[in-house]
Amino acid sequence: MTRMRASYLTRRRLLATVVALLAALLVSIAATSLVGPVHASLRRALGPGGPSTPDYVIIVRTRLPRVLLGAVVGGSLSAAGAALQALLQNPLAEPHLLGVSSGAAVAGMVALIAGADPVSPLVPAAAFAGALGTMALVYLAARAHGRTTPHAILLVGVVCNAIAAAAIMLVNAIASYAQARGVLFWIMGALSTQSYALVALVAVYALAGLGWLVAHAQSLNLFAAGDEGAQQLGVDVEGARRSVFVAASLLVAAAVSVSGMIGFVGLIVPHLLRLVLGPDQRLLLPASFLGGAVFLVWADAAARTALGPAELPVGVVTALVGGPFFVFLLRRRLARTLP
Amino acid sequence: MTPALEAEGLVFAYDGRRVLDGVSLRVAPGELVGVIGPNGCGKTTLVRLLSGVLMPHAGTVRLAGRPLAGHRRREIARRLAVLPQDPHLDASFTALEVVLMGRAPHLPPLALPRREDVAISRAVLARLGVAALEGRPLDRLSGGERQRVLLGRALVQEPDVLLLDEPTTHLDLRHQAGIYDVVDAIRRERGTAVVSVLHDVSLAAARCDRLVLLAAGRVAGEGPPAAVLTAEALSAAYGVPVTVGWSPEARAPIVLARGRSGV
Repeated sequence: MTRMRASYLTRRRLLATVVALLAALLVSIAATSLVGPVHASLRRALGPGGPSTPDYVIIVRTRLPRVLLGAVVGGSLSAAGAALQALLQNPLAEPHLLGVSSGAAVAGMVALIAGADPVSPLVPAAAFAGALGTMALVYLAARAHGRTTPHAILLVGVVCNAIAAAAIMLVNAIASYAQARGVLFWIMGALSTQSYALVALVAVYALAGLGWLVAHAQSLNLFAAGDEGAQQLGVDVEGARRSVFVAASLLVAAAVSVSGMIGFVGLIVPHLLRLVLGPDQRLLLPASFLGGAVFLVWADAAARTALGPAELPVGVVTALVGGPFFVFLLRRRLARTLP
Repeated sequence: MTPALEAEGLVFAYDGRRVLDGVSLRVAPGELVGVIGPNGCGKTTLVRLLSGVLMPHAGTVRLAGRPLAGHRRREIARRLAVLPQDPHLDASFTALEVVLMGRAPHLPPLALPRREDVAISRAVLARLGVAALEGRPLDRLSGGERQRVLLGRALVQEPDVLLLDEPTTHLDLRHQAGIYDVVDAIRRERGTAVVSVLHDVSLAAARCDRLVLLAAGRVAGEGPPAAVLTAEALSAAYGVPVTVGWSPEARAPIVLARGRSGV
């Protein structure tokens, strides 16, 4: 087999990869801010009297915050996915599997039905609270004798998801038509904001979560040796597992609260990067964050433009692109491992 | 001299069934103690207790004279390394990455491997005869190569105590001997104390300074191989007629289970 990567992670490779992906992200943010169903000129927007031109309003007030939000959400989902795949030792683990997202969706919907204004900050706040509640529930339910296993976390998460899905259907059935439309937002996932304050809030939060995960990157690598193996290599397994579970859940909670359940980002981006960069989490976590940001920024640009003035939910784009691509990756791997 | 590792009166039960019932054992620096016994006699449980991943229901394990329970995980990992029987491993890591994991307890949590860590790991891979494989993912290695890489991971921990749980199960004769040759060299150079669980009683006799025979969760015999490996003791422990011969070259007993058909 040809060697696809170096035999271990050096500082130089880590820096070079992060810088390259950061550059790709900046270019993507700039390029996608200029893409949309309506033409807007950057020159006019930044020229004399710029702030009063419609171009300025379109690019700076409407598109850019949305693009930035997409970057933060994509990065959060993707980094959380990479961490969860290592934590649960399961390549199919993804952010929405832990029940956290469904918890957010149920709480967000209940807030809507209870009469909260769809654009008020009350809905994401309720969703965030719902996510945290579900996270605590999953963790406690998966614990026995002060210990958890990846298996138990995964199973309880899947069960919570099923219960939440039923709850969503139930609420949907008793809600009015207008309220029920809000459900789609959670199920499909969509990006929209005109608030830099919201973007900044989520970004600070996401970077803190990423930092927390990266601080545990070496423990996540050692989880590959199994629970006992990791302990024998010096990892406080239960403490590290709790930390990573909480950090990943918080990242997912923030992302879902502002964008609904955007699927596949947390699954395909870490997978693709792992193929190219190898499994070392010290590289994979920051790379997944930046790669997920790039991916979602372009997916959202496609969602905004594919159907002309009409908009697709970005979750539809990520699923349509991500699903087949994932099957392709899987088949390639099967072809390699099966005789 | 303080034993490198010492266990006293270990009791452990799974679901109320006692697997170990008052097992004591001590290893001096540089010594190789073999643990033998029939399947299910508690050998692997003993290794898990000695490495601190299981806590005994009674009794204590002391590492360099201090109870294991008083150590932090990282501290234990700097002094004690384990080659597990059924290693669990993500096969996409390269051989060198796996060996470098053994340096983790010596590094701050956020640090990348330093130049010296890479040098130590490459030297160990060379010593184990797998230097050329450093860039290969684990799923591209044979069983024997993989076992040597995992031994490498334990060796770069630079432990005072090395626990080996049936390290030669999947290995041919040459590699069986090779593994213990490396272990012998490490014992001489660093004074590492080694406890090895062995399935192959003759191999245990040939390579170990001392043997502990476990049967039904208790120590059924302990001492130099020639003293422990008697036909009576082995027949009783394994429940099968056993012939014990002598190899003048190895200066050690050779053990053969005859079976019930009366070979």
